Amino acid sequence: MVRVSPTRGGQPGLRGDKPGDPGYEENLAAFESRVSRGDKVEPGDWMPDAYRQQLIRLIHVHANSEICGALPEGGWIPNAPSLKRKLALIAKVQDEVGHAQLLYRAAETLGKSREEMIEELISGKAKYSNVFHYHAETWADVATISWLIDAGAIVNQTMMAEGSYGPYARALKRICYEEAFHLTHGYDMCITLATGTKLQHDMLQDAVNRWWKPIMMFHGPGDKVSRHTDLLMRWRVKMKTNDEQRQQFLKQYMPKIYQLGLTVPDEWEMRFDEVEGVWRYREPDWDEFLHVVRGNGPASALRLRTRKMAHEDGAWVRRALQSAAGQSAVGESVAGAG
Amino acid sequence: MSDTQWQIFEVFHQQVRGEPHVYVGSVHAPDPEAALILAKEQYGRRQASVSLWVVPEDAITATSYEDVDMFDHGTDKSYRESFGYETTKRIKSIVADRTESRGEA
Ligand SMILES: [Fe+2]
Ligand SMILES: [Fe+2]
Repeated sequence: MVRVSPTRGGQPGLRGDKPGDPGYEENLAAFESRVSRGDKVEPGDWMPDAYRQQLIRLIHVHANSEICGALPEGGWIPNAPSLKRKLALIAKVQDEVGHAQLLYRAAETLGKSREEMIEELISGKAKYSNVFHYHAETWADVATISWLIDAGAIVNQTMMAEGSYGPYARALKRICYEEAFHLTHGYDMCITLATGTKLQHDMLQDAVNRWWKPIMMFHGPGDKVSRHTDLLMRWRVKMKTNDEQRQQFLKQYMPKIYQLGLTVPDEWEMRFDEVEGVWRYREPDWDEFLHVVRGNGPASALRLRTRKMAHEDGAWVRRALQSAAGQSAVGESVAGAG
Repeated sequence: MSDTQWQIFEVFHQQVRGEPHVYVGSVHAPDPEAALILAKEQYGRRQASVSLWVVPEDAITATSYEDVDMFDHGTDKSYRESFGYETTKRIKSIVADRTESRGEA
């Protein structure tokens, strides 16, 4: 028997977890055969250090993206056009922040603390999704984000929910359930705008035009550019390549976009290849993508400023929790037991 | 910025009265009361819930996945399963025998 919780684990530097360490090859073979059978890896299990590091990086970026994704939409809460839209938007923003909390916890089980991850986000060291480096300029942007970007996220997250790391997969199942509401509400907003006055329709078209580039880049660099993909797929950290996810998104949503009487900018030369059954498009500029996610997008500085302000403004809550700790009867009994 | 690296509490969630509490995840909190508040936000905000438990993570003693022997049934244990018995087949043959002997009489 061991005195460990299901979420403890996460002690980096487990013996023999790096290539060249004694026993590494045997452990790796056992690990890979488990993973290929569809077994979930749990926090206390042996795992290659590279697996641990890749997952920490991935979950950390994902958590940051949830937090930063709440910012452009959160800013629109005071200006929502009706009470119903306002309530739904508040609920969505609350969900996204909750997703970040679940994900930071999942990453912590691999040995990196939440404080460290939040610090790296605020200082600009850690990345977050390219799409949240842009401004949400109009209400139609809010609708576009909630429909098409959440749709892109769902393609990614339902795939990742089948991944090999238990705590991440479980968090994603919960997250996907909530995303379904974001997507449907976003679609509902887009239908309203697309079928409303000409002004509303034009506003939505303008939003789609401006967001199309970030959306096309959302699933990350094309398979020709993207490194590590083979290893990540073998370890079931990732189940589909970036291009496969992008194709899935386009197949599902291009028809819906056209159905609303909308178009995407001509410069992308989007067309469906009937023979191959795939969407053809002009390859995004991946250097520009990297430049943006490194913190050089139009809204990058604003995002980090807002996040930093929120963190500092929330300090009193953390202090209050700390000073109230153990003052209740329940708290004392546990403190005594511990 | 290590001001919230509090103790971990494991969270168990019950959806309907009478059903088991199910392990759903964990939160950091300075005490059990705060853990319940945070657990409610994280795990009881969206779906049906009637009860939550929070347990300090170091209170849990667990088996290890490595101890496969512990759950391995070394011998045939079908005698304690319903599939280990052939009652239907046996009763059918008894009934068949009876019909046969009545036919002969
Ligand atoms: Fe989310
Ligand atoms: Fe979402």
